[in-house]
Amino acid sequence: MKLSMNWLKDYVKEDFDPKAYSDKLTMTGSKVEGFENPADEIKNVVVGKLITVEKHPDSDHLLICMVDIGKEEPVQIVTGAQNVVPGALVPAALHDSYLPGGVHIKAGKLRGVPSNGMLCSLGELGLTLNDFPYAIEDGIFLIEEDCKPGDDVTKVLGLDDVTVEFEITSNRPDCLSMIGLARETAASFDTALNIPTPVVKETDNGKTINDYVSVEVRDSKLCPRYTARVVENVKIEPSPKWLRARLRACGIRPINNIVDITNYVCLEYGQPMHAFDASYLKGSKIIVRHAEKDEIITTLDGVERKLSDEMLVIADAEKAVAVAGVMGGENSEINDDTKTIVFESANFNGPSVRLTAKAIGLRTEASGRYEKGLDPENTLPAIERACELIELLGAGEVVKGIIDVYPEKPEQKVIPFNADKINAFLGTDVPEEEMKQIFKRLEIDLRDGNLYPPSYRADLESMQDIAEEVIRIHGYDLIPTTNFKAEALVGRRNAKQKTVNLIDELLTNDGYYEVQTFSFISPKYYDNILMPTDSPLRKSIVISNPLGEDTSIMRTTAVPSVLEVLATNRRYRNKNARIYENAKVYITKDGEDQPEERMSTVIAAYGDVDFYDMKGVCENILDMLGISGYEFEANKEAPAFHPGRCASVYSRDGQRIMVFGQIHPTVQENYGLDVESYVIVCDTELIMTLENFDKHYKALPKFPASERDLAFVCDKALTSGEIKKAIKKYGGKMLESVEVFDIFEDEEKVGVGKKSMAYNLVLRSPEKTLSVEDCDKAVAKILKGLEFDLGITLRG
Amino acid sequence: MKAQLEAIKAEALEAIAKAEGAQDLENVRVSYLGKKSPLTAVLKNMGSLTPEERPVMGALGNSVREAITNALEEAKANIGKLEMAKKLEKETIDVTLPSKKCKCGKIHPISAAQKEMEEIFLGMGFSIAEGPEVETDYYNFTALNTPEFHPARDVQDTFYITEKVLLRSQTSTVQVHVMEQQKPPIRVISPGRVYRSDAVDATHSPMFHQCEGLVIDKGITMADLKGTLLLFAKQMFGENTEIRFRPHHFPFTEPSCEVDVSCFVCGGKGCGVCKGEGWIEILGAGMVHPNVLRMSGIDPEEYSGFAFGMGIERIVMTKFGISDLRLLYENDIRFLSQF
Repeated sequence: MKLSMNWLKDYVKEDFDPKAYSDKLTMTGSKVEGFENPADEIKNVVVGKLITVEKHPDSDHLLICMVDIGKEEPVQIVTGAQNVVPGALVPAALHDSYLPGGVHIKAGKLRGVPSNGMLCSLGELGLTLNDFPYAIEDGIFLIEEDCKPGDDVTKVLGLDDVTVEFEITSNRPDCLSMIGLARETAASFDTALNIPTPVVKETDNGKTINDYVSVEVRDSKLCPRYTARVVENVKIEPSPKWLRARLRACGIRPINNIVDITNYVCLEYGQPMHAFDASYLKGSKIIVRHAEKDEIITTLDGVERKLSDEMLVIADAEKAVAVAGVMGGENSEINDDTKTIVFESANFNGPSVRLTAKAIGLRTEASGRYEKGLDPENTLPAIERACELIELLGAGEVVKGIIDVYPEKPEQKVIPFNADKINAFLGTDVPEEEMKQIFKRLEIDLRDGNLYPPSYRADLESMQDIAEEVIRIHGYDLIPTTNFKAEALVGRRNAKQKTVNLIDELLTNDGYYEVQTFSFISPKYYDNILMPTDSPLRKSIVISNPLGEDTSIMRTTAVPSVLEVLATNRRYRNKNARIYENAKVYITKDGEDQPEERMSTVIAAYGDVDFYDMKGVCENILDMLGISGYEFEANKEAPAFHPGRCASVYSRDGQRIMVFGQIHPTVQENYGLDVESYVIVCDTELIMTLENFDKHYKALPKFPASERDLAFVCDKALTSGEIKKAIKKYGGKMLESVEVFDIFEDEEKVGVGKKSMAYNLVLRSPEKTLSVEDCDKAVAKILKGLEFDLGITLRG
Repeated sequence: MKAQLEAIKAEALEAIAKAEGAQDLENVRVSYLGKKSPLTAVLKNMGSLTPEERPVMGALGNSVREAITNALEEAKANIGKLEMAKKLEKETIDVTLPSKKCKCGKIHPISAAQKEMEEIFLGMGFSIAEGPEVETDYYNFTALNTPEFHPARDVQDTFYITEKVLLRSQTSTVQVHVMEQQKPPIRVISPGRVYRSDAVDATHSPMFHQCEGLVIDKGITMADLKGTLLLFAKQMFGENTEIRFRPHHFPFTEPSCEVDVSCFVCGGKGCGVCKGEGWIEILGAGMVHPNVLRMSGIDPEEYSGFAFGMGIERIVMTKFGISDLRLLYENDIRFLSQF
C-alpha cells in the first residue's frame, strides 16, 4: 500500500519528516518498506514561456527557442521537437539540471548554436499521457496548468509528494486505505484526526433511484450488504490534476473521471467500487445470485470465463454482469457514450471471493481486498464519497436516494477489560489510565468494564488482541526483558540426535565434509543410478505443483544427490572430495499419502581413497556405535555399484545395514565423473536400533601372547574372509586375533590361478604362558581344519 | 722430584687442552695416569725419599693426579656437549614442510549454525523436537489458526502432495505435535527443513531451514519472550548484542513481533551488512494464540506461552557475509572448508 503524504494532510494536519514518520509507524505496527519523492529526481527544471521559435540555420529539424524563465534575461534552448509555438508554457531543464533516471542536463551547442538546457517531453519527466491526457507523447509537453515562468515544474505538475510504501499484514485490511492509515497515523502520534463526512446534494429531477434500478440479494451470507447509487447525465472526461496526481502517487494509472473516482474511493476508504452502465442492465435489475453451472461471462479484461454454481455473480434480469468482488463484465462496462451509471459499493464474503478468484485464475485489486474480510459498515460512506466526487468534478448528476440491502448488521464484539490481566500477560506495568488513553486513540469504546472495538477492527476478539493494541501503542521497545520462572527441565539430545552428532564427529575427523542437498529430485535421477524399473524405491511422493521436474519428487535415496555433489566438485577441479550427508529419504507407505521419513547417511568420495578406505569408514561407524558381530559380504547385485567392488554389511541378526563400494562405471559416466568414485549408503535409522553403549571392563591379560605367521597357497577366488572365518572356527579359545598381512600372486612361485595369503595369529591363554608345544598343537588343529574345509595347505 | 711432578702436570694439562675428541682424552688418560705413565713411575720412586719428604711428595703426587683427573672429566663433559650439539645440528629438519595429518572435514555451515542454536537452548533446558516434513494441512495451517480460505494461506506458496498433504512451509507445525503429545511445562526447539514455492536465486530457495521454539507454562509473559531471545542473541552473536521487537502479525501468535538484532558487524552504527539500519531482522515471534492452545488441548486461561521461529540460512549468510544462497546448496569443498 502506497500512501501519499500530501493526501494524508486531508485527515491529519501535521507535517511529518518522512524518516521519523516511517520509523514511528513501523514501531506501532504498520511496517514501512520505504519512501520516495519523485520530485527528488527532478532538479532545476522550471516552467518556461516560449518567446520566439526560429529555424536553426544549419538544420532542417532543429528549432531555436528563446525561453522566458522568469528571470531578467531569457535563455536560448535548441529543441528537435516540432510542436513548440511562441506563447506556450513548457518544462525547461536548465543548465545543470537533473531528470528522472539520473539524467544530467548541461549547456552545450547543437550544430554550432548554443543551447542552455533542454525542453522536456512527458516521458523525460517520468510521466505518461494518463497523467496529463491533454499533452502529446511525441513532442514537448505544453503545460496547461495555472502557472508562470520560473515556477518549479515539480510543484506545478503535482510531483512534489512523498509516497510511503507500507507492508500491511493480512489481519489489517482496513489499513489498505488512506483513511485506515490516517487513523493509524493519528493514533501513533496521538494527534487529531479529521475524517470529513461526505455530503451529496443530489439532483432534483422528480425521480428517485427506484425509478432506475432495483436490487435483489439472494444470498445474504455471501453478500451481507449491497449499496447502490445512480448517477445520470454522466460526462466522461479526464479527472482534474489533483486527483490524477494522488492516484499516480499511490501507483494507480488515471483513466477517466468515473474510473478514477472508483479507484480514488477504493484507495481512500479501502472499499472496492464498481460502476455499471445502467442502459445495459436488462429489466433495470441487479440480482446478486449464484452463477448457473457453466455460466459464461466475459470479464473486463476481455477473457471469457466459465463459472460454477458456488460462485456469486451480479446479474441483471437475463445475464451475469460481474463476478462478485472480482471483476465486472464487458457487457455492462462504461464507455464514452455512457449516460447513466449505477455505482456498486458492496460487501462480499471473503472466503467465497477468494475461492472464486482462485478457481477462475483472476486475482484483482478488489478480490485481494475482499478476501481479507472488509467492514460492511464502510459501503455507505464510500458510495457517498464517490457521489460527492461526481458532483465536485461535475461528472454527472446524482439521483435522489440510496438502495442499501443490509439485512443483518454484524454483531458488536465485546471484550472484557482487565488491566491487571493484560499486564500479567505482557509482563509489563502499563498504567490502567494509559491503557484507557490508548483505547481512545484507537476508537475502541470502553463502557462498564467492557471494550467495544470499532467495526473496521474485526481482528480484535480477545484479551490477547487487546494486549497487542496496548503494547504496540505503548511501545514494543518498552517491554522489559525477564527470564521466565519455571520448574527446571533437563535439556538434552535424544538418542537419535546423539547418534547423528557422533556420526558427524567421526566423519569430519576422517576428512569428510557434510553437505546439504535438496530433498526433492527428478524421477530421471533414478535412471542415472541404474535403478531397476520395478524397484519399489521408484515409488516416490510426488509434488503436485513443483517448480520444475528437477524438484518434483521426494527422494527415496540420496545417492543421486551426493553423486551430483561429487560431480560439481570434480567440475571445479577439486583433486579430492570426501563428502557425506545425513539425508532424510521419503519411503512411500501403501495406502498413505505421507511417507516414512527415514534417516540415512550417504558418504561419497573420489581421489585419495579406495575401497578399503571406505570399508574402514563403515567399520569405524559401527564400532563407534558399539555394534559388533557385523559381517561384510560381496554384493554383485546393487545396481549403482561396480559388481566386483561392492559389499553389503550385515548385522549380527542378519539385517542389511550398509551397502558400499565403487560406483558403476556407467553411473560415473552419467555424472561426468572421470575418476573412480565411492559411495557408502548407511541405513542410519536401522543402525540406531542396534547401537549399544553399555560398557563393561574386561580384565587385561596377565600372560604374554605368542604370535605365529602362516602363509597358504589357495585359489584366487577364495576370499580372505573365508580363510579368516575358517581359522577362527578352528582356533579355539586360545586364538586371540587373526589378520591377513601379505597377499601375492606369482605364476612361477605359487602357480597359475593361485595366490599366497599370509596371516598373523595371536595366541594367548588367560591361565598361563603358552609353551611352544601348546602353540604348535593349536596351529596344527587350525591347519587340519583349513585343509578339510577349504583344501588349502601351508606354502612350501 | 717435585719439578718432575710439576712438569708432568703441565704436560698432561696441555695434552688435555689439545685433545679433540673422546679418543684423544682416553689416550691422554692412559699415557698420564696409566700403569706405565711417568706419574706412576715417579710415584713408584717414593721409596727412595726420606721419611720427611715422603708425605709431602705423596700429597703433591696425589694433587697432580687429581688435577689431571679433574681436567680430564671436565674436558670429557665439554666434548660430550659439543658432540651432542653436532649430532643435533645434523638432525635438523625443515619444520615448514607440510604436515602429515589427516585433513579434517567440517560440518555444513547450516548444521554448524543449527548446532550452535541447539547448544544454547539445550543449556536453557529446552529439548529438541522433530516432526514430519511431509505434513497434513491441519498441522501446517488449521491448527496454527489459519483455517481454510484464510488469506494467510496465500502468503507462503506451499508445495502440495494432495489436497490435504503438503511439504511443511514452516517448522511451527512441530509446535502442534509437541502440544498434542506433551502437557505443560513445554520447552522445545525444533530445527529442520521447510519448503516454499520460490524459484532458486541469490536470496531464495524452494527448500531451507528454520528453527522453531516453544515455551508453555503457567504465567509465561511477553517480557519472558524478550528475555529469552535476548539471552539467545547474546550467545549467538556476541555479548554486546541488543534486540528490538517490532509489531507484526502471524496467525498463530498474538501479540506478534518481528525481532531485530543489533548488527554484529558494525554494532549498530550502520554498515553494508545491515544496509545502514544498524539492525538485522532475524526472527518472528509472539505469544501463542489462544486458539492454537485450545486446539491442541491446552487451556489458555491456565497456561500461556511464547513461540519464535528463525531462518537458519539467513543467519548463516549474514554471520559469514555470504551474498548468494546458492553457494550453500552447491557444496563446493572450497566453500565448505571455510567454515
